[in-house]
Amino acid sequence: MGSTLIEKIIKNNTGIDAKAGDIVTVNVDRVMIHDIFIPFVADKFEEMGFKKLWDPDKVVLIYDHLVPASQVDDTRHFRKGNEFAAKYGMKNVHHSDGICHQLMTEAGYVKPGNVVFGTDSHTTTYGSVGAFSSGIGYTEMASILGTGKLWIKVPETIRVNINGKLPENVTSKDIILTLIGDLGADGATYKSLEFAGDTVENMSVASRMTISNMAIEAGAKCGLFSPDEKTAEYCNVMLDDTMKNLYGDEDADYCHVINYNAEDFVPVMACPSQVDKIRPVSEIKGTPIDQVFIGSCTNGRLEDLHNAAAILKGKKVAPFVKLIVTPASRKIYREAIADGTLSILSEAGAMITHPGCGLCCGRAGGILTDGERVVATNNRNFLGRMGTSKVEIYLASPITAAKCALAGKITD
Amino acid sequence: MDKFKGRVWLLGDDIDTDIIIPTEYLALKTVNDMAPYAFSPLRPELAGQIKEGDIIVAGKNFGCGSSREQAPEVIKALGIKAIIAKSYARIFFRNSINNGLLLIENPDLHDEIKEGDEIEVCVGQAVCANGKEYPISSLPENLLDILNAGGLVKAMRRLNGLED
Repeated sequence: MGSTLIEKIIKNNTGIDAKAGDIVTVNVDRVMIHDIFIPFVADKFEEMGFKKLWDPDKVVLIYDHLVPASQVDDTRHFRKGNEFAAKYGMKNVHHSDGICHQLMTEAGYVKPGNVVFGTDSHTTTYGSVGAFSSGIGYTEMASILGTGKLWIKVPETIRVNINGKLPENVTSKDIILTLIGDLGADGATYKSLEFAGDTVENMSVASRMTISNMAIEAGAKCGLFSPDEKTAEYCNVMLDDTMKNLYGDEDADYCHVINYNAEDFVPVMACPSQVDKIRPVSEIKGTPIDQVFIGSCTNGRLEDLHNAAAILKGKKVAPFVKLIVTPASRKIYREAIADGTLSILSEAGAMITHPGCGLCCGRAGGILTDGERVVATNNRNFLGRMGTSKVEIYLASPITAAKCALAGKITD
Repeated sequence: MDKFKGRVWLLGDDIDTDIIIPTEYLALKTVNDMAPYAFSPLRPELAGQIKEGDIIVAGKNFGCGSSREQAPEVIKALGIKAIIAKSYARIFFRNSINNGLLLIENPDLHDEIKEGDEIEVCVGQAVCANGKEYPISSLPENLLDILNAGGLVKAMRRLNGLED
């Protein structure tokens, strides 16, 4: 019998021919800690009695949720992080370069076939480049910092085959939202999602990142794509034989196989306040909105800004709508300045903010109040995430979000 | 810990980590500072009502959402002795075990009891509620090792020769 993609990654990492359900200890290639959790990781690490990091070069510390500080206590996290990094010889520290999940791939910390853990649930994002990556808590992170190892249960795999050409104005965001709606918010819990088919082969790495990023919203442990030439170029690696073999075998043991025709996808939204409450945009057209947010580790990449700019070019957002655009990283921000994208967005009426997690986690300018509605390109519409618990959050693609900003209401 | 009784607080499906403890309170210094805000987006009064030894009974996918370990920590800080849910999100599950918070899975209990009921838990065996017995399974060995050590911190202290 063949192997699933996750089984191959784990076999390469451990030397054990493990199958779904087996519990194995993996050797960690890289870890990511962000600003919210670094004080807790630091305290737990010392409480555990470790004197040094297992490998300082494999540890990446990224300030993104709290940058720049919006509450006075936030600065404690930076101070604690800086002290910990200096004390244990960490060089990979990013103080204001962008969102952790964007930087981990963009700055070359993650390669195809790696095993990576981060103190953030959206660590699943690096599945887009063929890495097994998943979120953990700060206590487990502290134990990895000391040992370089973590136990995991090899997950079962749901294979998702997508073939054909996506309709106009439909993107990978609509694919992953549709899948979450079909599976439910717990439909892939403890499982690996493995994506294949010519639609995903033709997709950019940026689009794949959107899908892997939201795999967790169906409960998945990871959301994996096979590395290809596009991955190699993005990660700045040559694909070796091991990487070329990172695909799910036809005769692997899949717990579930889902087949989609790309032509059948339509623009969709996740409606308040569950990520799996998916409706075609055409069915909720006309609902008035107060704000639009384009950004986050889900959809704050250059491709996303280009998609929004193509809709907004030469037009103005509805006068009462606040459009907030947050590039995912400094690199993206600079590229979008250089190619004129930010100028187009600004002329259309967008407020463009510094790179970071920003409004997605309700920790930056743009929070909303009771009865207000926002169309947002991020990954969660949970109660209270972007303001009070009576704010209605609709999740959508940057194309749909830009169209809504122009109309001042939900539209496709 | 083998056998205990507690009063039930009943919650629904998909209780996410932003409900358990919203992001805006995550930068407070200690979990005890955060605990009064637990469940505030859903039931602002709940944290003040929970007493030491109470039990949360919930639907499916409890703890979905972010990796914030403060979620099981604030629940523990409120005095909750155990959670019994239809299912759990994976990061919340790991975080709870690592912090010594007992999680139990049962598909039926949630739909057959009401808030305020007193139930009895026999760890690894069954939950007794209103005269009915609901079987529960025990955890895999590697997880029991962490729970029995008193959580992952203590397990690592033992590894580093700081505890017996």
